[in-house]
Amino acid sequence: MNTLTRDQNVPAEGTVTPQKEFADQRQVYYVTPPADVESTENAYIVRAEMPGVDKANLEITVDKGELAIVGRRHIEPPPGEPVYLEIRRADFRRVYELDPAVDTTKITAHIDQGILTLTLPKAEAVKPRRITVD
Amino acid sequence: MNIIRYQRVPQHELSVAFDRFANLREEFDRVFDTSFGSVFRPLGSLNRWNPAVDVYQNKDQYTVHAELPGLKKEEIELSLNGDTLTISGERKQETTSEEGSGTERFFGKFQRSVILPVPVNAEKVNATYKDGILTVVLPKAEEAKPKQIPVSVN
Repeated sequence: MNTLTRDQNVPAEGTVTPQKEFADQRQVYYVTPPADVESTENAYIVRAEMPGVDKANLEITVDKGELAIVGRRHIEPPPGEPVYLEIRRADFRRVYELDPAVDTTKITAHIDQGILTLTLPKAEAVKPRRITVD
Repeated sequence: MNIIRYQRVPQHELSVAFDRFANLREEFDRVFDTSFGSVFRPLGSLNRWNPAVDVYQNKDQYTVHAELPGLKKEEIELSLNGDTLTISGERKQETTSEEGSGTERFFGKFQRSVILPVPVNAEKVNATYKDGILTVVLPKAEEAKPKQIPVSVN
C-alpha cells in the first residue's frame, strides 16, 4: 500500500504532453528534481530540490491517484555573456503515485529557498463501509 | 571554459573527474526521467554535493550563480583568495527521524571554487541568496577593464 514512494516513470522526459500554455510547442523538457520521501506515523513528507522556483511558479496537482509537481524556473540572466554554464534551464517535474491512505484534501505545501516541502497526511484508518443496494 | 583550471593541481583533476560523473548522473536522470542519486551514492568519494555553477561576464563584472537549495543565508561562506572565489558551507538534513528517509539528496559539507581570469575589486563583491540560488557579483578591478587606446594614423 505504500505506493507514495513509487515514481511514475512515465512519460519519459521530452515526450510529455504539452501543457495548455505550451500547446504551440512540440515538446516540453523537464528536469527531475532530487527528492526524498519520509514516512511518519501521520504523514508522508516529500522534500524536493527546486532551486530558482518560487511560490508563484509552483504547480501541484492531484489527479487520478497521482501527485504531480511542476516547478517553473525563472533565473534572471545576468548582464554579459556566459563563460561557463552548468545550471540547467529546464523546468522541474515529478510525478508520484499516491498511497490511497493519503487524505488528498489536506495536502499542504510550502517552498523555502528552493526546497519544496509537501506534507501528505494519512487518513484515519480506512473504516469498513456498508454499501446499500437500492 | 578557461575559467576553470583543470591542469597543474592533481586534486583539481580529480574534482573535474567527479564533475563528469555528476554530469553522467544527470544524463541518466534525463533519459530515464527519474533520479539516479541513490545508484551513484555508493561510489564513496562521489558521495558529495557539487553544486552547479554558472559564470557570466561583461566588461565591468563577473556574475556567478550557484544552485544551493535549502540553506540559510548564514550557512553560506564566500571567500576570495587572489583570483579564486570559493563558495562553501554545510547543509543539514531537515528530517528528525533516525531512519534514512531517502537517498537522493546530498547533505553535509560542500565547496566549489571558480578561478577568475582577471582581478576583481574584492571590496565591492556583492552576494544575494534567493529561491535557493546564490548570486555573486564581482566587479572587475579598474586596471583589468579593457581600455580604448586611440591610435592616430598619419
